[in-house]
Amino acid sequence: MQRQYSYCQLFFSVYKKDVLLAFRQRSEIINPLLFFLIVISLFPLGIGPEPQLLSRMAPGIIWVAALLSTMLGLDKIFRDDYQDGSLEQLLMSPYPTSLIVIAKIAAHWSITGLPLVLLSPIFGLLLNMDSNSMQAAVVTLLIGTPLLSLIGAIGAGLTVGLQKGGILLSLLVLPLYIPVLIFATSAIDTSAMSLDYSAQLAILGAMLAVGLVMAPFAVSSALKVSVS
Amino acid sequence: MQIEGPNGAGKTSLFRIISGFTRLEQGNRFWLGKNITEDEESFFSELLYIGHKTGVNTQLNAIENIQFWQQTHGYGQPSNQNALDIYEILANLGLVGLEDIPVRMLSAGQQRRVALARLWISDAKLWMLDEPFTAVDKKGVTLLQQQFKLQLQRGGSILLTSHQDLTEHFDDLNVLSLEYRI
Repeated sequence: MQRQYSYCQLFFSVYKKDVLLAFRQRSEIINPLLFFLIVISLFPLGIGPEPQLLSRMAPGIIWVAALLSTMLGLDKIFRDDYQDGSLEQLLMSPYPTSLIVIAKIAAHWSITGLPLVLLSPIFGLLLNMDSNSMQAAVVTLLIGTPLLSLIGAIGAGLTVGLQKGGILLSLLVLPLYIPVLIFATSAIDTSAMSLDYSAQLAILGAMLAVGLVMAPFAVSSALKVSVS
Repeated sequence: MQIEGPNGAGKTSLFRIISGFTRLEQGNRFWLGKNITEDEESFFSELLYIGHKTGVNTQLNAIENIQFWQQTHGYGQPSNQNALDIYEILANLGLVGLEDIPVRMLSAGQQRRVALARLWISDAKLWMLDEPFTAVDKKGVTLLQQQFKLQLQRGGSILLTSHQDLTEHFDDLNVLSLEYRI
Protein backbone atom coordinates (compact mmCIF):
# COMPACT_ATOMS: atom_id res chain seq x y z
CA MET A 1 0.00 0.00 0.00
CA GLN A 2 1.28 3.44 -0.84
CA ARG A 3 0.93 6.33 1.52
CA GLN A 4 -0.91 9.07 -0.28
CA TYR A 5 -1.00 11.22 2.77
CA SER A 6 1.93 13.25 4.01
CA TYR A 7 3.05 13.42 7.64
CA CYS A 8 1.91 17.01 7.81
CA GLN A 9 -1.61 16.16 6.61
CA LEU A 10 -1.76 13.32 9.10
CA PHE A 11 -0.81 15.70 11.90
CA PHE A 12 -3.65 18.02 10.98
CA SER A 13 -6.28 15.33 10.62
CA VAL A 14 -5.52 13.94 14.10
CA TYR A 15 -5.39 17.48 15.49
CA LYS A 16 -8.65 18.43 13.78
CA LYS A 17 -10.50 15.41 15.11
CA ASP A 18 -9.62 16.15 18.74
CA VAL A 19 -10.42 19.85 18.48
CA LEU A 20 -13.69 19.08 16.70
CA LEU A 21 -14.65 16.65 19.46
CA ALA A 22 -13.86 19.26 22.10
CA PHE A 23 -16.08 21.79 20.37
CA ARG A 24 -18.91 19.28 20.23
CA GLN A 25 -18.64 18.86 24.02
CA ARG A 26 -17.98 22.43 24.99
CA SER A 27 -17.73 21.65 28.68
CA GLU A 28 -14.26 20.28 27.96
CA ILE A 29 -13.08 23.78 27.07
CA ILE A 30 -15.13 25.79 29.52
CA ASN A 31 -14.79 23.68 32.68
CA PRO A 32 -11.00 24.08 33.13
CA LEU A 33 -11.39 27.84 32.65
CA LEU A 34 -14.16 28.08 35.22
CA PHE A 35 -12.09 25.95 37.58
CA PHE A 36 -9.16 28.32 37.09
CA LEU A 37 -11.39 31.32 37.80
CA ILE A 38 -12.86 29.77 40.94
CA VAL A 39 -9.49 28.73 42.38
CA ILE A 40 -8.16 32.23 41.83
CA SER A 41 -11.17 33.89 43.41
CA LEU A 42 -10.94 31.63 46.47
CA PHE A 43 -7.58 33.08 47.48
CA PRO A 44 -8.72 36.64 48.25
CA LEU A 45 -11.56 35.12 50.27
CA GLY A 46 -9.17 32.92 52.19
CA ILE A 47 -6.23 35.19 52.88
CA GLY A 48 -7.98 38.54 52.86
CA PRO A 49 -8.35 41.14 50.12
CA GLU A 50 -5.33 43.37 50.82
CA PRO A 51 -4.07 44.47 47.37
CA GLN A 52 -0.39 44.33 48.29
CA LEU A 53 -0.55 40.87 49.73
CA LEU A 54 -2.47 39.64 46.69
CA SER A 55 -0.10 41.08 44.14
CA ARG A 56 2.81 39.58 46.10
CA MET A 57 1.17 36.14 45.92
CA ALA A 58 -0.32 36.47 42.43
CA PRO A 59 2.41 34.64 40.42
CA GLY A 60 2.21 31.59 42.62
CA ILE A 61 -1.58 31.57 42.65
CA ILE A 62 -1.88 31.94 38.88
CA TRP A 63 0.62 29.20 38.21
CA VAL A 64 -0.69 26.71 40.76
CA ALA A 65 -4.20 27.26 39.38
CA ALA A 66 -2.86 26.73 35.86
CA LEU A 67 -1.21 23.44 36.89
CA LEU A 68 -4.42 22.18 38.47
CA SER A 69 -6.68 23.17 35.60
CA THR A 70 -4.41 21.50 33.01
CA MET A 71 -4.61 18.38 35.16
CA LEU A 72 -8.40 18.37 34.70
CA GLY A 73 -8.35 17.66 31.00
CA LEU A 74 -5.25 15.49 30.98
CA ASP A 75 -7.08 12.25 31.57
CA LYS A 76 -9.17 12.87 28.45
CA ILE A 77 -6.27 12.94 25.97
CA PHE A 78 -6.22 9.20 25.41
CA ARG A 79 -9.09 7.84 27.52
CA ASP A 80 -11.91 7.97 24.92
CA ASP A 81 -9.71 6.62 22.18
CA TYR A 82 -8.59 3.82 24.45
CA GLN A 83 -12.15 2.87 25.34
CA ASP A 84 -13.57 2.75 21.83
CA GLY A 85 -10.55 1.05 20.30
CA SER A 86 -9.39 3.99 18.17
CA LEU A 87 -6.10 3.96 20.04
CA GLU A 88 -5.35 0.43 18.85
CA GLN A 89 -6.21 1.47 15.32
CA LEU A 90 -3.91 4.48 15.59
CA LEU A 91 -1.04 2.37 16.94
CA MET A 92 -1.52 0.03 13.99
CA SER A 93 -1.47 2.78 11.42
CA PRO A 94 1.53 2.82 9.10
CA TYR A 95 2.52 6.24 10.43
CA PRO A 96 4.93 6.80 13.34
CA THR A 97 3.09 6.81 16.65
CA SER A 98 5.08 9.77 17.95
CA LEU A 99 3.64 11.95 15.18
CA ILE A 100 0.09 11.01 16.12
CA VAL A 101 0.95 11.63 19.78
CA ILE A 102 2.35 15.09 19.18
CA ALA A 103 -0.78 16.01 17.21
CA LYS A 104 -2.96 14.90 20.11
CA ILE A 105 -0.83 16.86 22.59
CA ALA A 106 -1.06 19.94 20.39
CA ALA A 107 -4.83 19.57 20.32
CA HIS A 108 -4.93 19.23 24.11
CA TRP A 109 -2.88 22.38 24.51
CA SER A 110 -5.11 24.34 22.11
CA ILE A 111 -8.14 23.27 24.10
CA THR A 112 -6.88 23.80 27.66
CA GLY A 113 -3.64 25.79 27.56
CA LEU A 114 -4.28 28.41 24.92
CA PRO A 115 -7.56 29.79 26.36
CA LEU A 116 -5.77 30.09 29.69
CA VAL A 117 -2.95 32.11 28.16
CA LEU A 118 -5.42 34.39 26.40
CA LEU A 119 -7.54 35.01 29.49
CA SER A 120 -4.72 35.26 32.03
CA PRO A 121 -4.53 39.10 31.91
CA ILE A 122 -8.12 39.23 33.13
CA PHE A 123 -7.33 36.79 35.92
CA GLY A 124 -4.26 38.86 36.73
CA LEU A 125 -6.48 41.90 37.27
CA LEU A 126 -8.42 39.99 39.90
CA LEU A 127 -5.19 39.59 41.85
CA ASN A 128 -4.05 43.18 41.45
CA MET A 129 -1.07 42.38 39.25
CA ASP A 130 0.77 45.31 37.69
CA SER A 131 1.23 45.48 33.94
CA ASN A 132 4.86 44.30 34.04
CA SER A 133 4.08 41.10 35.86
CA MET A 134 0.94 40.58 33.81
CA GLN A 135 3.09 40.63 30.70
CA ALA A 136 5.50 38.17 32.28
CA ALA A 137 2.62 35.94 33.34
CA VAL A 138 1.32 35.75 29.76
CA VAL A 139 4.77 34.97 28.36
CA THR A 140 5.57 32.31 30.96
CA LEU A 141 2.17 30.69 30.47
CA LEU A 142 2.70 30.73 26.72
CA ILE A 143 5.98 28.84 27.08
CA GLY A 144 5.00 26.83 30.14
CA THR A 145 1.56 25.42 29.32
CA PRO A 146 2.69 23.44 26.24
CA LEU A 147 5.32 21.92 28.50
CA LEU A 148 2.62 20.99 31.02
CA SER A 149 0.67 19.25 28.24
CA LEU A 150 3.78 17.38 27.07
CA ILE A 151 4.76 16.16 30.54
CA GLY A 152 1.16 15.39 31.41
CA ALA A 153 0.68 13.31 28.28
CA ILE A 154 3.40 10.91 29.47
CA GLY A 155 1.44 10.32 32.67
CA ALA A 156 -1.84 10.07 30.74
CA GLY A 157 -0.29 7.49 28.43
CA LEU A 158 0.93 5.42 31.36
CA THR A 159 -2.36 5.46 33.26
CA VAL A 160 -4.85 5.18 30.39
CA GLY A 161 -5.26 1.44 30.85
CA LEU A 162 -6.16 1.73 34.51
CA GLN A 163 -9.75 1.88 35.72
CA LYS A 164 -9.30 4.79 38.09
CA GLY A 165 -6.13 6.39 36.85
CA GLY A 166 -7.10 9.96 37.76
CA ILE A 167 -5.50 10.21 41.19
CA LEU A 168 -2.44 8.23 40.19
CA LEU A 169 -2.05 10.54 37.21
CA SER A 170 -1.95 13.58 39.50
CA LEU A 171 0.55 11.90 41.80
CA LEU A 172 2.78 11.03 38.86
CA VAL A 173 2.61 14.30 37.02
CA LEU A 174 2.39 17.08 39.62
CA PRO A 175 5.91 16.50 41.04
CA LEU A 176 7.26 16.72 37.50
CA TYR A 177 5.61 20.12 37.14
CA ILE A 178 7.66 21.58 40.01
CA PRO A 179 10.59 22.84 37.89
CA VAL A 180 8.20 24.63 35.54
CA LEU A 181 6.47 26.23 38.51
CA ILE A 182 9.74 27.40 40.07
CA PHE A 183 11.13 29.08 36.98
CA ALA A 184 7.83 30.55 35.85
CA THR A 185 7.00 32.16 39.17
CA SER A 186 10.54 33.37 39.59
CA ALA A 187 10.29 35.05 36.16
CA ILE A 188 7.10 36.85 37.17
CA ASP A 189 8.62 37.91 40.53
CA THR A 190 11.67 39.27 38.76
CA SER A 191 9.55 41.23 36.32
CA ALA A 192 7.57 42.75 39.20
CA MET A 193 10.84 44.31 40.34
CA SER A 194 11.30 45.65 36.78
CA LEU A 195 14.35 43.46 36.27
CA ASP A 196 15.30 41.39 33.25
CA TYR A 197 13.74 37.95 33.42
CA SER A 198 15.03 36.50 30.16
CA ALA A 199 17.23 33.98 32.01
CA GLN A 200 14.21 32.20 33.49
CA LEU A 201 12.45 32.34 30.12
CA ALA A 202 15.49 30.79 28.47
CA ILE A 203 15.43 27.90 30.93
CA LEU A 204 11.69 27.39 30.38
CA GLY A 205 12.29 27.50 26.62
CA ALA A 206 15.06 24.95 26.90
CA MET A 207 12.80 22.67 28.93
CA LEU A 208 10.09 23.07 26.30
CA ALA A 209 12.53 22.18 23.52
CA VAL A 210 13.66 19.04 25.35
CA GLY A 211 10.04 18.14 26.08
CA LEU A 212 9.00 18.58 22.45
CA VAL A 213 11.73 16.24 21.30
CA MET A 214 11.56 13.58 23.99
CA ALA A 215 7.94 13.45 25.20
CA PRO A 216 6.34 12.08 21.99
CA PHE A 217 8.64 9.05 22.11
CA ALA A 218 8.03 8.51 25.81
CA VAL A 219 4.27 8.78 25.30
CA SER A 220 4.21 6.34 22.40
CA SER A 221 6.12 3.73 24.40
CA ALA A 222 3.82 4.36 27.36
CA LEU A 223 0.77 3.83 25.14
CA LYS A 224 2.17 0.59 23.78
CA VAL A 225 2.61 -0.66 27.35
CA SER A 226 -0.92 0.46 28.30
CA VAL A 227 -2.60 -1.20 25.33
CA SER A 228 -0.97 -4.60 25.85
CA MET B 1 -8.51 -19.13 7.91
CA GLN B 2 -11.03 -19.45 10.68
CA ILE B 3 -10.06 -19.70 14.32
CA GLU B 4 -12.67 -21.30 16.52
CA GLY B 5 -12.88 -22.51 20.06
CA PRO B 6 -14.97 -22.13 23.19
CA ASN B 7 -15.07 -18.87 25.14
CA GLY B 8 -11.79 -18.34 26.91
CA ALA B 9 -9.82 -20.58 24.57
CA GLY B 10 -7.57 -17.70 23.56
CA LYS B 11 -8.84 -16.57 20.17
CA THR B 12 -8.52 -12.89 20.93
CA SER B 13 -5.24 -13.44 22.76
CA LEU B 14 -3.84 -15.09 19.64
CA PHE B 15 -4.97 -12.09 17.61
CA ARG B 16 -3.33 -9.68 20.02
CA ILE B 17 -0.10 -11.65 19.85
CA ILE B 18 -0.09 -11.61 16.05
CA SER B 19 -0.79 -7.88 15.91
CA GLY B 20 1.91 -7.23 18.51
CA PHE B 21 -0.18 -5.79 21.35
CA THR B 22 0.74 -8.67 23.61
CA ARG B 23 4.41 -9.41 23.63
CA LEU B 24 5.56 -12.89 22.68
CA GLU B 25 7.33 -14.75 25.45
CA GLN B 26 8.95 -17.13 23.01
CA GLY B 27 8.83 -17.80 19.30
CA ASN B 28 8.59 -15.48 16.31
CA ARG B 29 5.96 -14.02 14.02
CA PHE B 30 6.52 -14.14 10.28
CA TRP B 31 4.61 -12.41 7.50
CA LEU B 32 5.52 -13.35 3.92
CA GLY B 33 8.81 -14.77 5.12
CA LYS B 34 9.84 -11.66 7.05
CA ASN B 35 10.05 -11.36 10.81
CA ILE B 36 7.29 -8.96 11.85
CA THR B 37 9.03 -7.73 14.99
CA GLU B 38 11.86 -6.30 12.89
CA ASP B 39 9.65 -4.22 10.63
CA GLU B 40 6.26 -3.66 12.22
CA GLU B 41 5.42 -0.60 10.13
CA SER B 42 5.40 -2.42 6.82
CA PHE B 43 3.38 -5.25 8.35
CA PHE B 44 0.84 -2.75 9.65
CA SER B 45 0.55 -1.14 6.22
CA GLU B 46 -0.65 -4.49 4.86
CA LEU B 47 -2.91 -5.27 7.79
CA LEU B 48 -6.51 -4.43 8.51
CA TYR B 49 -7.50 -5.29 12.07
CA ILE B 50 -10.99 -5.00 13.49
CA GLY B 51 -11.23 -6.17 17.07
CA HIS B 52 -13.98 -6.30 19.68
CA LYS B 53 -13.46 -2.62 20.28
CA THR B 54 -14.03 -1.37 16.79
CA GLY B 55 -12.35 2.03 16.92
CA VAL B 56 -15.47 3.95 15.96
CA ASN B 57 -15.85 7.23 17.82
CA THR B 58 -19.45 7.53 18.93
CA GLN B 59 -19.47 11.35 19.00
CA LEU B 60 -18.56 11.60 15.33
CA ASN B 61 -20.83 10.58 12.47
CA ALA B 62 -20.25 7.67 10.11
CA ILE B 63 -18.63 9.72 7.36
CA GLU B 64 -16.23 11.47 9.76
CA ASN B 65 -15.29 8.15 11.31
CA ILE B 66 -14.51 6.51 7.99
CA GLN B 67 -12.62 9.51 6.66
CA PHE B 68 -10.54 9.74 9.83
CA TRP B 69 -9.69 6.07 9.57
CA GLN B 70 -8.74 6.52 5.90
CA GLN B 71 -6.52 9.48 6.69
CA THR B 72 -4.68 7.75 9.52
CA HIS B 73 -4.14 4.62 7.47
CA GLY B 74 -2.69 6.28 4.41
CA TYR B 75 -5.62 6.21 2.00
CA GLY B 76 -5.11 9.79 1.00
CA GLN B 77 -6.82 13.12 1.14
CA PRO B 78 -10.60 12.81 1.15
CA SER B 79 -11.78 14.17 -2.18
CA ASN B 80 -15.33 14.71 -3.39
CA GLN B 81 -15.08 11.53 -5.42
CA ASN B 82 -13.94 9.67 -2.33
CA ALA B 83 -16.79 11.09 -0.26
CA LEU B 84 -19.26 9.85 -2.88
CA ASP B 85 -17.67 6.43 -2.63
CA ILE B 86 -18.17 6.42 1.13
CA TYR B 87 -21.85 7.32 0.69
CA GLU B 88 -22.18 4.45 -1.75
CA ILE B 89 -20.49 1.99 0.61
CA LEU B 90 -22.70 3.06 3.50
CA ALA B 91 -25.81 2.79 1.29
CA ASN B 92 -24.71 -0.70 0.35
CA LEU B 93 -24.49 -1.49 4.05
CA GLY B 94 -28.03 -0.26 4.66
CA LEU B 95 -27.10 3.00 6.36
CA VAL B 96 -28.88 5.40 3.99
CA GLY B 97 -29.87 8.59 5.73
CA LEU B 98 -27.79 7.77 8.79
CA GLU B 99 -24.51 9.07 7.41
CA ASP B 100 -24.38 12.34 9.29
CA ILE B 101 -25.84 11.65 12.69
CA PRO B 102 -23.51 10.79 15.59
CA VAL B 103 -22.75 7.09 15.68
CA ARG B 104 -23.88 6.83 19.31
CA MET B 105 -27.50 7.26 18.08
CA LEU B 106 -27.21 4.12 15.91
CA SER B 107 -28.00 0.58 17.02
CA ALA B 108 -25.23 -1.87 17.95
CA GLY B 109 -25.50 -3.65 14.61
CA GLN B 110 -25.40 -0.38 12.69
CA GLN B 111 -22.35 0.79 14.66
CA ARG B 112 -20.69 -2.48 13.75
CA ARG B 113 -21.51 -1.85 10.10
CA VAL B 114 -19.80 1.53 10.25
CA ALA B 115 -16.66 -0.22 11.46
CA LEU B 116 -16.98 -2.96 8.85
CA ALA B 117 -17.29 -0.38 6.04
CA ARG B 118 -13.48 -0.39 6.18
CA LEU B 119 -13.54 -3.76 4.43
CA TRP B 120 -14.93 -2.03 1.34
CA ILE B 121 -12.13 0.55 1.36
CA SER B 122 -9.15 -1.47 2.44
CA ASP B 123 -6.63 -2.88 0.02
CA ALA B 124 -4.68 -4.59 2.82
CA LYS B 125 -3.36 -8.06 2.08
CA LEU B 126 -4.31 -9.45 5.46
CA TRP B 127 -7.59 -8.93 7.21
CA MET B 128 -7.76 -9.85 10.87
CA LEU B 129 -11.35 -9.81 12.08
CA ASP B 130 -12.28 -10.68 15.62
CA GLU B 131 -15.90 -11.89 15.66
CA PRO B 132 -16.96 -9.81 12.64
CA PHE B 133 -20.51 -11.17 12.67
CA THR B 134 -21.33 -9.97 16.20
CA ALA B 135 -24.61 -8.01 16.19
CA VAL B 136 -24.85 -8.14 12.38
CA ASP B 137 -28.14 -9.40 10.90
CA LYS B 138 -28.51 -12.17 8.28
CA LYS B 139 -28.45 -9.79 5.34
CA GLY B 140 -25.33 -8.19 6.71
CA VAL B 141 -23.65 -11.56 7.11
CA THR B 142 -24.35 -12.35 3.44
CA LEU B 143 -22.89 -8.98 2.40
CA LEU B 144 -19.79 -9.65 4.48
CA GLN B 145 -19.33 -13.09 2.99
CA GLN B 146 -19.49 -11.60 -0.51
CA GLN B 147 -16.82 -9.11 0.45
CA PHE B 148 -14.69 -11.92 1.93
CA LYS B 149 -14.90 -13.77 -1.39
CA LEU B 150 -13.78 -10.64 -3.23
CA GLN B 151 -10.77 -10.31 -0.93
CA LEU B 152 -9.84 -13.95 -1.53
CA GLN B 153 -10.19 -13.50 -5.31
CA ARG B 154 -7.78 -10.55 -5.09
CA GLY B 155 -5.28 -12.89 -3.50
CA GLY B 156 -5.67 -11.49 0.00
CA SER B 157 -5.92 -13.48 3.19
CA ILE B 158 -8.47 -13.35 5.95
CA LEU B 159 -7.93 -14.44 9.51
CA LEU B 160 -11.12 -14.44 11.51
CA THR B 161 -12.57 -15.77 14.70
CA SER B 162 -16.18 -16.86 14.60
CA HIS B 163 -18.57 -19.35 16.10
CA GLN B 164 -20.43 -19.68 12.82
CA ASP B 165 -19.83 -22.59 10.50
CA LEU B 166 -18.34 -21.08 7.37
CA THR B 167 -17.08 -24.24 5.64
CA GLU B 168 -20.11 -24.42 3.35
CA HIS B 169 -19.49 -20.92 2.01
CA PHE B 170 -15.76 -21.12 1.47
CA ASP B 171 -14.19 -24.16 -0.21
CA ASP B 172 -10.60 -23.83 0.89
CA LEU B 173 -11.18 -22.70 4.45
CA ASN B 174 -8.63 -23.71 7.05
CA VAL B 175 -10.02 -24.09 10.52
CA LEU B 176 -7.81 -23.84 13.56
CA SER B 177 -9.52 -25.14 16.67
CA LEU B 178 -8.31 -23.92 20.02
CA GLU B 179 -9.10 -25.87 23.13
CA TYR B 180 -9.90 -24.53 26.53
CA ARG B 181 -7.57 -25.95 29.11
CA ILE B 182 -6.93 -24.95 32.66
